[in-house]
Amino acid sequence: MSTAASLSVRNLSILFGGVHALEDVSFDVNPGEVFAIIGPNGAGKSTIFNLISRLYEPSNGSIHYGEHDLLQLPAHKIVNTGIARTFQNIELFEQATVLQNLLVGRHSHMSCNPFSNFAFLPGVRKSELEHRRKVEDVIDLLEIAQYRDERIADLSYGARKNVELARALCAEPSLLLLDEPASGLNNEETEDVGFWLEDIKHDLGVTIVMVEHDMNLVGSIADRVMAINDGRLITIGTPDEVRNNPEVQRAYLGGSA
Amino acid sequence: MLQVNDVIHLALTGLAQGCAYGLIALGFVLIYKATEVVNFAHGEFMMLGAFTVLAYSEAMGGSFWPAFILGCLTIGAVGYLIDAQIMRRIIGQSSASIFIMTVAFGFIFRSLAGMIWGWKTLSLSTPFVGKIAINADISIGTDRVSIVVATVILCGVLYLFFSRTRFGIAMQAASQNQLAAYYMGIPVKRLVSITWAIGAMIAAAAGALLAPVTQVDTAIGFLGIKALAGAIVGGFGSIPGALLGCLLIGVIEPFADFYFPAIKGVSAYVVMLLVLFVRPEGLISQTFQKKV
Amino acid sequence: MQILFKTRYEDDLKFLARTGEKVRVGLVVVLLLAAPLFLQNFYLGELGLLLVYAIAGIGLMILTGHTGQVSFGHAAFLGIGAYCHSILMSHGVPFSLSVVATVLLCGAVGMAIGRSASKMHGFYLAIATLAFLILVETLLGEWEAVTGGHGGFKVPKLVVFGQPLTAVWQQYYVDLLCVFAVVLGAANLFRSPTGRSFLAVRDSELSARSLGVNVEWVKVQAFGVSAAITGLAGLLLAHHLTYLSPEVFGVLESLKLMLMIVVGGLGSILGAIFGAILVSALPIAISFLKDALPPAIGQQAGLEPLLFGVIIVLFIVFEPQGIYGRWMKIRYFFETFPYYRKSSFVRQKSYLKTERMR
Repeated sequence: MSTAASLSVRNLSILFGGVHALEDVSFDVNPGEVFAIIGPNGAGKSTIFNLISRLYEPSNGSIHYGEHDLLQLPAHKIVNTGIARTFQNIELFEQATVLQNLLVGRHSHMSCNPFSNFAFLPGVRKSELEHRRKVEDVIDLLEIAQYRDERIADLSYGARKNVELARALCAEPSLLLLDEPASGLNNEETEDVGFWLEDIKHDLGVTIVMVEHDMNLVGSIADRVMAINDGRLITIGTPDEVRNNPEVQRAYLGGSA
Repeated sequence: MLQVNDVIHLALTGLAQGCAYGLIALGFVLIYKATEVVNFAHGEFMMLGAFTVLAYSEAMGGSFWPAFILGCLTIGAVGYLIDAQIMRRIIGQSSASIFIMTVAFGFIFRSLAGMIWGWKTLSLSTPFVGKIAINADISIGTDRVSIVVATVILCGVLYLFFSRTRFGIAMQAASQNQLAAYYMGIPVKRLVSITWAIGAMIAAAAGALLAPVTQVDTAIGFLGIKALAGAIVGGFGSIPGALLGCLLIGVIEPFADFYFPAIKGVSAYVVMLLVLFVRPEGLISQTFQKKV
Repeated sequence: MQILFKTRYEDDLKFLARTGEKVRVGLVVVLLLAAPLFLQNFYLGELGLLLVYAIAGIGLMILTGHTGQVSFGHAAFLGIGAYCHSILMSHGVPFSLSVVATVLLCGAVGMAIGRSASKMHGFYLAIATLAFLILVETLLGEWEAVTGGHGGFKVPKLVVFGQPLTAVWQQYYVDLLCVFAVVLGAANLFRSPTGRSFLAVRDSELSARSLGVNVEWVKVQAFGVSAAITGLAGLLLAHHLTYLSPEVFGVLESLKLMLMIVVGGLGSILGAIFGAILVSALPIAISFLKDALPPAIGQQAGLEPLLFGVIIVLFIVFEPQGIYGRWMKIRYFFETFPYYRKSSFVRQKSYLKTERMR
């Protein structure tokens, strides 16, 4: 499932109006590692994800994943390169059930011919069952079996976060972009997320890039951390190195730390 | 071929017609900005306004201005009630449902107007009779000039209102985030109802002022759809945009009808479709990318 | 209460999982098949018309209820379907060929509309489709050489595979066959990837894109499928009307379609059928009412639009999920008797989810 592809971002910049949301940010993510992006609010962390997902157009820079030049691809082709993501403010399909959401997660592996689907030919049936089986593996991993047929609109926040992660996993990614996977969760739920991310990393061999504010989670599972502030890169290193970096401390605590 | 005088005449009439559309669109956009509701029945407010002013005018022996004021206030009250009693209950529903409900209102208003006042075309006499001569060959009806003047005055008043008064700023806040506005102590519900009232009053005024041109019958509300098209052309979320669009449509229409008689009456929609094709968000875009 | 225990993955794909559903649907199918045995011609004709409107409703429901694209101009596809089929048949094209050609034409027009409308959202889309409807109506009226213009167009007799089907029950079975095909097809669509991609586009275009859904292409598909189905309804409608004129396919007709799916219940095929039942029953109910009410009110020309409007408002205010929602509540009441709780259906309201943020 994991291809030894690395994500490399060079000189990425984007202007909103006259404001540099990101300025000259460069970093590499090695295959199989957990790479955390930290920084105060408004630093531009989600913007990086949105640029990788091609929801925004950068004003400068390049993004490569393995041999793919991502800036040449439209947004809906990104998942075909093996990149899946979650969103900060949960973008699930509210009126659909959990199963339907997860099956859409497998969309990039499905063939979508309206005529054969209208007639529901035997090939379609077989493919549906195939994907249903695969989705069940993810359901088992993230323990959301009890929500299978519930509509998203009826679920609690914690459950929705799990479903969002599950949906991204259903795409069988080699790189997972997680936007604040632990935000809004209590300690127990955050610990669970930590365990799952470990499982995903070790068992599935998926590279994980996560934007996170919870320093405990970052400290416990991240291999390397990148700190950014005001759209600019401060430093990249191990969690300890970054934590002790005076500029990082200044960015978070403000003034002389 | 069109002579220069004809061109000027058509352009002026078109401008006045565009202002008429613009007046109706003003009310639309106000309500949309405050509540994200597209009131498809706004043309019907205009129609009801014309009928109401006529009714008052006849009851008061033919005088116009008192009837005008009373009529506008009445329709304003109707707008307020519509929001307070009905629209408030359906907050949070899909915009498709709400839109369809306003369409239903349109039907109800038209039917009621027909039942109360009959289905024949009636006439409202306004003080705007006669013409204003621009030069020896071109003259424009005073009634049409009154519409242009009214549009200018109302736009000015609304601009000052929204940018300079606390009321206006509160409305802008409510239009961007109702929950937050509530927390700040803004009486959102009342503000929204008042917005409906103001929008309805503007439409009623437009109806009364347009009566010499369109006469008064239950079908004049369909002008509202053209106004909607004009507002879309210009960009629905902004008042100047909507006005620009309506003026554009108003001026283009008579020329389009002359050169392409096949599309007489529907040229406004053709223009709108063409604009949307090229710029799907209207000429002055008002939508933003959602922040995820 | 009936809890559904699924033991195989196939259970997820089944349409009618519970016995109760199987019995109900089976009963309805049997009654529909046997209808000519116990219904008089007039009522059989009305039932056929209801089925035709159900097809149109399903067409619109797929687009608006399932893909979230509000189309206010769907009567245009009814018109295009009706006229195209009638014109082809009047030139000697056999029925089956004409049906295929008409459906394909409507689908193609739908796809073109979907392509141009793919960047529009919300009511811009609604008004654009309304403008499209007005233009189609104008076109049908002006293109006298082909469509007969405002003078009207006589619909050729229903002749299938060389057999003239002039009896009411024969036409009824043609309608019934089409309804079964469309309902089955639509249900198939939504347990398959295509239908799911429709739902995805309705609920969150952004995340749909990030999962590999080509949003523009989905909209084109949705418009195309929807237009094709509505076109089919149009050509069947032509055989019921027997005489076409452009006014029939105007804004009022589009409003009827919208009424059907909104009052029926957005997002479900059954909702479209309920809506069709309501819209067909309404004129009959109104004519009964007209006799019952005093002449001053009953004879007014505006009574029908007034009642239409009032019913829409009442449903949207008091039962936003439409007849389907009410039906689910009633079913739930009986299934969980006596433990029924009204609060099972209370949903959280969302305040001003601004459409300006896309």
